[in-house]
Amino acid sequence: MRYSGFRILKEALTGHKGWGHAWRDPEPQTSYDYIIIGGGGHGLATAYYLAKEFKQARIAVLEKGYLGGGNVGRNTTIIRSNYLLDGNEPFYEFSMKLWEGLEQDFNYNAMVSQRGIINLIHTDAARDAATRRGNAMIMNGADAELLNRDQVRVMYPFLNFDNARFPIKGALMQRRGGTVRHDAVAWGYARGADSHGVDLIQNCEVTGMRIENGKILGVETSRGFIGAKKVGVAVAGSSSKVMAHAGMRLPMESHVLQAFVSEGLKPLIDGVMTFGAGHFYVSQSDKGGLVFGGDIDGYNSYAQRGNLPVVEDVIEGGMALMPMIGRARLLRTWGGIMDMSMDGSPIIDKTHVDGLYFNGGWCYGGFKATPASGWCFAHLLAKDEPHVTAKAYRFDRFLKGLMIDEKGQGAQPNLH
Amino acid sequence: MIIHHPILGPRDAQEFVYLGDASLIGRPDGLTASIEEFHNYTYLRDNPAGAHRELWYHEQGDRSWLVVTRNTVTHEILQVELARDVARAEGRSK
Repeated sequence: MRYSGFRILKEALTGHKGWGHAWRDPEPQTSYDYIIIGGGGHGLATAYYLAKEFKQARIAVLEKGYLGGGNVGRNTTIIRSNYLLDGNEPFYEFSMKLWEGLEQDFNYNAMVSQRGIINLIHTDAARDAATRRGNAMIMNGADAELLNRDQVRVMYPFLNFDNARFPIKGALMQRRGGTVRHDAVAWGYARGADSHGVDLIQNCEVTGMRIENGKILGVETSRGFIGAKKVGVAVAGSSSKVMAHAGMRLPMESHVLQAFVSEGLKPLIDGVMTFGAGHFYVSQSDKGGLVFGGDIDGYNSYAQRGNLPVVEDVIEGGMALMPMIGRARLLRTWGGIMDMSMDGSPIIDKTHVDGLYFNGGWCYGGFKATPASGWCFAHLLAKDEPHVTAKAYRFDRFLKGLMIDEKGQGAQPNLH
Repeated sequence: MIIHHPILGPRDAQEFVYLGDASLIGRPDGLTASIEEFHNYTYLRDNPAGAHRELWYHEQGDRSWLVVTRNTVTHEILQVELARDVARAEGRSK
């Protein structure tokens, strides 16, 4: 069924009896051509593009819980393509272009809102760095604009421009950046994949991999063995756990990142704002809640909840930037598990096992990458060669010294 | 999280800096190890869900390095040792 304004009118006049389920709930078959492990944003996007763009069939997505119950349901919904390095920027700009056409493509309202993102500047050095980044973005086909202090003041007059430690001197802006309704991304891809014949199998945890003579034959699951010619893993924070079934140790650590929502307020922040120096970023949801966050907690964790010191740190950053939020009450906080890689950049690559492919290491930036991650992973699965924008995301870049280290922190995942 | 420092007693984790897996103590010999061994040491991690031995540095305290065994699923701290003792037990630095 296609969703449309006409359809809404028709259903309104006939008692909303014709909507039906958005996707099937099939039993797993004994074997598939492709199994995607992980029914989150990246896994569902992979299955969707594999079926729709690369015309492959007999595809299943295995999810240990429910669809979209992991990080795609826990992030702060920001999309942007404001990276610096050659290995990253073309990929993220490809993702941005996919976001721009996404809702028409999968016929689902994902509330893609290009409301603009600014990164605040406090020093001359930071302005130089922002200029360089903006130029790198423009050279890769993205949009970037350098704003001065007065231009920022027009947009957000309430900011603490004269903060003694971090006075606001300007900002780097990407007008095409913004926010997307995160759950709807998972639902849209799930519905799109299902309508192209993909089996979405929930409550099906992978407990092992059957590998013989260096080739994958299928996966052991909580619902029995399922055979497959090719297996793609896209499980974010659980990457190390799942790939251990294939005897692999990954260049990553799992860390917890917290996010926060305030009570609903009147319209205050119409874009996305990052205050990197203060470890704080914020946007406002359509319901009025301020959605904000900061740094990861900084120690290995699979707990999906963080600790109070980082709550304090993030809120201090918020208070420094816009002191009036001290009057707002915090509604909710939660945590998600980030697969923090050794250089802060992701991996989309084959493994040493024939037919086993890996997609992970997205750190805390996986949401914005969802469409391109799915597309590039589907490309790799279908054609056995990397997509042109994801060529640098290889496992062996650490061995070869080809790291993509945006922050220049080295092999220290909690600092990326 | 409260880390029970072997010398100073219960200290808030805020006073510490986190480095990572305690296997980093076992650095390969720079004169004999292969590039692959150094790659594995520098970049690859077990990253377990459960008990994890890890290095914490008491920067805002006595500047000692600790090996903390902590459950990464519950954040419960199971054991705290001086990294010096762990390293010596592993035969590093007599």
